[in-house]
Amino acid sequence: MTMPFLEVANVTKAFGHFVALRRISLTVREGRTTALIGPNGAGKTTFYNLLSGRLQPSEGTVHFCGRPVSGQPPHKINKMGISRSFQITNIFSELTVLENVLVALIAHLNLGLRFWRIVNRDKKLAARGMEVLERLGLGPLASSRAGTLSYGDKRLLELAIVLATEPKLVLLDEPTAGMTPEETHAVIRLLRSLAAEGKYTFLITEHDMNVVFGLADHIFVFHHGELLAEGTCEEIRAHPEVRAAYLGEEVD
Amino acid sequence: MRKKIQLGVLLLLAVVLVLLPKVSPFFIVFVATEILILGLFATSFNLMFGYCGLLSFGHGAFFGTGAYVAGLLLQHLQWDFIWVLAVAPLAAAVGATLIGWLCVRLNEVYFSMLTLAFGMMVFAIAHQWRSVTGGSDGLAGFPLTEVGIGLDIVLANPFHFYYLTLLIVALSLAAIYLLTISPFGLILRAMRENTERVAFAGIPANRYRLYGFILSGLFSGLAGALFATFSRVAVPEMSHWTQSAEPILMTILGGSQYFFGPLAGAAVFLGLKTLITSYTSEWMIYLGVILLGMVLFLPKGIFGLLERWLGGRT
Ligand SMILES: Nc1ncnc2c1ncn2[C@@H]1O[C@H](COP(=O)(O)OP(=O)(O)O)[C@@H](O)[C@H]1O
Ligand SMILES: [Mg+2]
Repeated sequence: MTMPFLEVANVTKAFGHFVALRRISLTVREGRTTALIGPNGAGKTTFYNLLSGRLQPSEGTVHFCGRPVSGQPPHKINKMGISRSFQITNIFSELTVLENVLVALIAHLNLGLRFWRIVNRDKKLAARGMEVLERLGLGPLASSRAGTLSYGDKRLLELAIVLATEPKLVLLDEPTAGMTPEETHAVIRLLRSLAAEGKYTFLITEHDMNVVFGLADHIFVFHHGELLAEGTCEEIRAHPEVRAAYLGEEVD
Repeated sequence: MRKKIQLGVLLLLAVVLVLLPKVSPFFIVFVATEILILGLFATSFNLMFGYCGLLSFGHGAFFGTGAYVAGLLLQHLQWDFIWVLAVAPLAAAVGATLIGWLCVRLNEVYFSMLTLAFGMMVFAIAHQWRSVTGGSDGLAGFPLTEVGIGLDIVLANPFHFYYLTLLIVALSLAAIYLLTISPFGLILRAMRENTERVAFAGIPANRYRLYGFILSGLFSGLAGALFATFSRVAVPEMSHWTQSAEPILMTILGGSQYFFGPLAGAAVFLGLKTLITSYTSEWMIYLGVILLGMVLFLPKGIFGLLERWLGGRT
């Protein structure tokens, strides 16, 4: 009997009288690319906020590899191996692209209090940072100021910061939001190849179902804060309630 | 090329500062000493403001603590000055730990307000605790001791004191500079932009802010200890909010995004103040108007202007 990877048990989140998530129970398996879909306002981002420590559940618990996540601050959850991206790009615009990744690496390698080291002269650190950037195709932009990047590249940098801490579970909140169709395809290809490496388990939210069909092994559908359905792509595609919830949107 | 220019300017500045007492009158040396000390104070303040993005309105508390502890040690224990300079900043750092522990949880104006409140508390203590601090008269007439470790320096000699200050300030600035280019410095700069993102990357952000605050308080205390010895008094005003406002003005004047901005700001501020007070006792009004103009027209400070002249940022 192995420990469940991510286990969410009976989680409810209320903002005052408004219940954003209602009694969600689900399990994410290690190594299986999982998608969380649902229309805008379904509670996906709120769910991520609970998993990453930005918010605490009103009820219920979250466990990761057997350890409690609820009640922990964000930096501890990150150290446990869960790292998240943000739906609204959240990078350090005044720093260079490489420095953005170095911040995450310094955190990951616990180098933050090496007062006597010089960050720019640290070849090993820079090499590791470049490795992450090159994996995402950002290598040539390493010394640009992050604020000057194109929108798509900023989204990739956001992903680079997440991956640099070498998480076991990667939470991506609408990673392709606002991207052109070409950029979206590139990101999906990239995520697919990262997933194939087997180092990370991805949990990806998306409001457009069609984006995840080619990517996810397993899908959860949220609707009005409730878990409406779960299953493989085929099962979700055929699911009558899901079709009803997405009425008006194409599901094919 | 830019690096070479910067290094050249720095060397030139070092030569000027070392030769200054040989070529200029006592009065100039006096002002230069004050600039160095308050420049160190402003640079320590800017570790929080420019690098970490937190505007402290209460750094006078640490400056004042350094000043009073130095005054008390000299008055009651007559320690060699080197030990006074070691202990006074530590006392300020302890104060910064207590105050910072509560303040770093807050952001923006709430942080500023809470630091202001604590600064006023320290001022009140200095003002009221007569038996120890001497009340509103402060501590005066404490003896100046030997420097210690066999150094043949007479503290009461303004030229000697100038060189000692120059040495200590130069070493402190070097230490602070190394901090800013260390991994810790990068984390501070990242937190200035987005503290939450840093936390989600695995850094205990508030703890790092506290470390920054303590280091900032430590060097502010060192500046305070030097200043008390320089002016031969420790008075409550050294922890007053007007004292806390000085490094803010200096830093904005010089440019908070440049390491030497606060020091340059201190030079301009004290230079102008000295110049204007020699003409009129209403110096505050004139200085205020000039500072207002500079802040309005030089949003990135003097260094920002220099950078524009030299061809801008790449
Ligand atoms: N901090 C908050 N306070 C009050 N309501 C919130 C808060 N965060 C989210 N909500 C509400 O919860 C619902 C779910 O939002 P969200 O999780 O962002 O949905 P999604 O990411 O699926 O689009 C929305 O109706 C939103 O207005
Ligand atoms: Mg969302």
